[in-house]
Amino acid sequence: MPKLNLAVYWTAACGGCDVSILDIDEKILQVGELANIVLWPLAADGKYEDVEKMEDGAIDVCLFNGAIRLSEQEEMARLLRRKSKILIAYGSCACFGGIPGLANFFTKEEIVDRVYKDTPSTDNAEGMVPLATVQVPEGELSLPEFYNDVFTLPQVVEVDYYIPGCPPPVDLIVRAIDAIATNKLPPKGTVIAGQKALCHECGRVKEDKKVKEFKRPHEVEVDPEKCLLEQGIICCGPATRGGCGGRCTGVNMPCRGCFGPAAEVLDEGAKMVGAIASIIDSADPEEIKKINKMIVDPAGTFYRFGLPNSMLRRKRKEGKVS
Amino acid sequence: MNTEFEPKIVGILCNWCSYTGADLAGISRIKYSANVRIVRVMCSGRVDPTFILKAFQEGADGVLVSGCHPGDCHYVDGNIKAMRRAPLITELLKQMGIEEERYKLVWVSASEGDKFARIVEEMVATLKKLGPFKPQGGVKKYA
Amino acid sequence: MLKKISIDPITRLEGHGKIDIFLNDEGNVENAYLQIPELRGFEKFCEGRPAEELPRIVSRICGVCPEAHHLASTKALDAVWSVEPTPTAKKLRELMYCAHIIHSHTAHFYALAAPDFVLGPDAKPEERNILGVIAKVGLEIGKEVIKHRSYAQQIQAIIGGKATHPVCGLPGGMSKGLNEDERKDIEEKAKSCVKFAKLSLKIFEDVVLKNKSYVELIQGEVYRINTYFMGLVDENNKVNFYDGKVRVVDQEGKEFAKFDAQEYLDHIAEHVEPWTYLKFPYLKKVGWKGFVDGVDSGIYRVGPLARLNVADGMATPMAQEAYERMYETLGKKPVQATLAYHWARLVELMYAAERLLELAVDEAITSKDIRRLPTATPSEGVGIVEAPRGTLFHHYRTDANGMIEKVNLIVATGNNNAAMNMSVKKAAQELIKNGQVEQGLLNMVEMAFRAYDPCMACATHSLPGQMPLEIRIFDAEKTLCHKIIR
Repeated sequence: MPKLNLAVYWTAACGGCDVSILDIDEKILQVGELANIVLWPLAADGKYEDVEKMEDGAIDVCLFNGAIRLSEQEEMARLLRRKSKILIAYGSCACFGGIPGLANFFTKEEIVDRVYKDTPSTDNAEGMVPLATVQVPEGELSLPEFYNDVFTLPQVVEVDYYIPGCPPPVDLIVRAIDAIATNKLPPKGTVIAGQKALCHECGRVKEDKKVKEFKRPHEVEVDPEKCLLEQGIICCGPATRGGCGGRCTGVNMPCRGCFGPAAEVLDEGAKMVGAIASIIDSADPEEIKKINKMIVDPAGTFYRFGLPNSMLRRKRKEGKVS
Repeated sequence: MNTEFEPKIVGILCNWCSYTGADLAGISRIKYSANVRIVRVMCSGRVDPTFILKAFQEGADGVLVSGCHPGDCHYVDGNIKAMRRAPLITELLKQMGIEEERYKLVWVSASEGDKFARIVEEMVATLKKLGPFKPQGGVKKYA
Repeated sequence: MLKKISIDPITRLEGHGKIDIFLNDEGNVENAYLQIPELRGFEKFCEGRPAEELPRIVSRICGVCPEAHHLASTKALDAVWSVEPTPTAKKLRELMYCAHIIHSHTAHFYALAAPDFVLGPDAKPEERNILGVIAKVGLEIGKEVIKHRSYAQQIQAIIGGKATHPVCGLPGGMSKGLNEDERKDIEEKAKSCVKFAKLSLKIFEDVVLKNKSYVELIQGEVYRINTYFMGLVDENNKVNFYDGKVRVVDQEGKEFAKFDAQEYLDHIAEHVEPWTYLKFPYLKKVGWKGFVDGVDSGIYRVGPLARLNVADGMATPMAQEAYERMYETLGKKPVQATLAYHWARLVELMYAAERLLELAVDEAITSKDIRRLPTATPSEGVGIVEAPRGTLFHHYRTDANGMIEKVNLIVATGNNNAAMNMSVKKAAQELIKNGQVEQGLLNMVEMAFRAYDPCMACATHSLPGQMPLEIRIFDAEKTLCHKIIR
């Protein structure tokens, strides 16, 4: 079998996805046998120009991690889509917007003002902010445009497969590599992960879900065996796709949804509202309100990894609410 | 031409009480604004919060969910489920920049045609003051 | 007539960067700019989140050093809630963190830096990567590298749930303790890591120090600037990654300042330039004087070399030995030679491995006393750790319900931003003469900043990702007249 041409590219993300590829350990050597790495800026020198020169479809597989929020990232997404036979949205940022997607609670101006003008350590009396083009004494410098919104990869280009997770766990990467190597790829559009909600694979004991009080993770010593939701800790397991093996719940911390919505969930926020309502142990309107008040930052919690992928995608600017 | 903003309200009504109540308003020829588009469901407990987000995503200016009065649910406690969801939905919408007045959960029995009409009138007046919803996330930049 | 050379994007750094070099009429370097074209805005979008969630959010600033952000954040939460973690919790955090340093330093040295040394700065670009290094040093050593990086990752996962983006930190403690089986496993791995650190120092000795031209390169003028240094030290002024006071030394090695986390605003300020998304921190008491070095300029450096320069030594025996060997070879403290960062990184690898082992056999490490529940009303706090790349500051303010009102972050690579710009310019000036631009030379310009192991993900709290290298030369009319691709 001829070697595959493999590209790995990184946009608005943290680099953890690239590290996760290294975490396949000795298998990385197998990747070397299986594939020519034509582009992987983190680990190898390569030529952007060469990618541009390639024929369309010359890259067999591109693992694309990161959300899209700069003009340059959009250009790269489009270029790599053209050059790649299979484009994989790799990791939560590419799939759903990820943590950088939380920026959709704010506008571009709010972000820029905070970072460059308001932080207490910033000394910027002139109120300078980074600009798309700047004249310096020696010539002109340019920066890519910073968009108002964070976009997911599939909102920008057509995506063939999804590998979710922040970062994706090793066994999913290995599963994907094996599928590519043996040419046994699932139908296009498949999310390479579990199909059911995380609760189905979480090892915690689930008994009776009746809650009169919600607690934040730092406020309570958790029972290491029992379902976190039953202990009144908001856990996004019911709305979240499984496939991670419960990495966070395994160390007594609640799920925050990095695998994105489970197979039949259209919107994690809506699903979580439903799930939480069903365990509230009260029929009294006032008490119900009181119990609900204990849940802080629902949107920031339920959409922790997928605000740009949610039905409403971003906070409205005109909204007259705080 | 100066046309006044006419808000679009999606009204999701339970089959047993509220839909009949709305029907009664019609039969009784009670006048109320024609801004509400009614969706009939079997129970307010059936109103998945996804429906509400979907309505806003599609450009509704307001969403009105109505069920039987607590204690009168045809399915015993479906409306209690709706009641438990409401505060969190309101909070979630607020965080997304959607004013809490745009989403309402009310109880209307089969005999309360006049109440239904009044609720709609009030909501239309409130939404006219708030102005159009204009979703920002619904339209993908690169559709 | 000015000519502009762009290196876009810089490869083999964790993030996204771009170097523009301007030439004058003679074809010599007029100026150089290292641009960071990324911004994600963590300082803003953390607002409104529950403070206890921040260790899990801010770790996503950087997937290469998530433990650093996770722990700086967790320490900031200890301060926000005024709660002192239990002794075992502190040890667990430090143990996880030592493993993290081992992972990060190993990855940087072998995957990112070694290609320049093992293969040489002018090797072919397609060979200049980790696979090329393995081909040269032998598969056996390659396997050792992979194995120990993997050990380090596994240790972090045992404690943190996941190696990349751990979830264990809570104000006042940790979410889970260690059992005896896990402890034994970690002890065995730690022993092996100590051996591996020894091997790494030996490889450096054999490949770099025995090659006279490399030693000359390290000590030469090309990679030297004169700055202040900053780093965390323990109560004996020894290098510490997890806790202590921040110490700053001047160009002569004299202590300039020593301060606690919550005093950072008295000592550090950040300058903004419109041509990059990354700010430029500097010593507030000296002031921002532009991109110049020397005692009157507030520019300082952080990271492995800086930590060694500010400290009086290492707290473990073999690391101390390696530390002494480095200063014997390179001369008096502080060492200003930028390429010495690589060596310092290996000295620290040894310290991290030895400290990991110390903690793994500590009797208290398996205690169940891992949490202290906060009782005070939350308000404000600063948390500092030494990230693999340097001092990292997290500063949060909350309302009485513990919801985040303000976040300020000064990250490791950000601290080095001005120094990296100057190092690049200096190297470019020394290496590009009369318009002569060659491939090896350009990589050597990149080596100037790669020594800092810049992490643009961190730096921009904010981003990564980059394209390979492309050099464009523009004439005075800004028309493209020449193009070189590495």
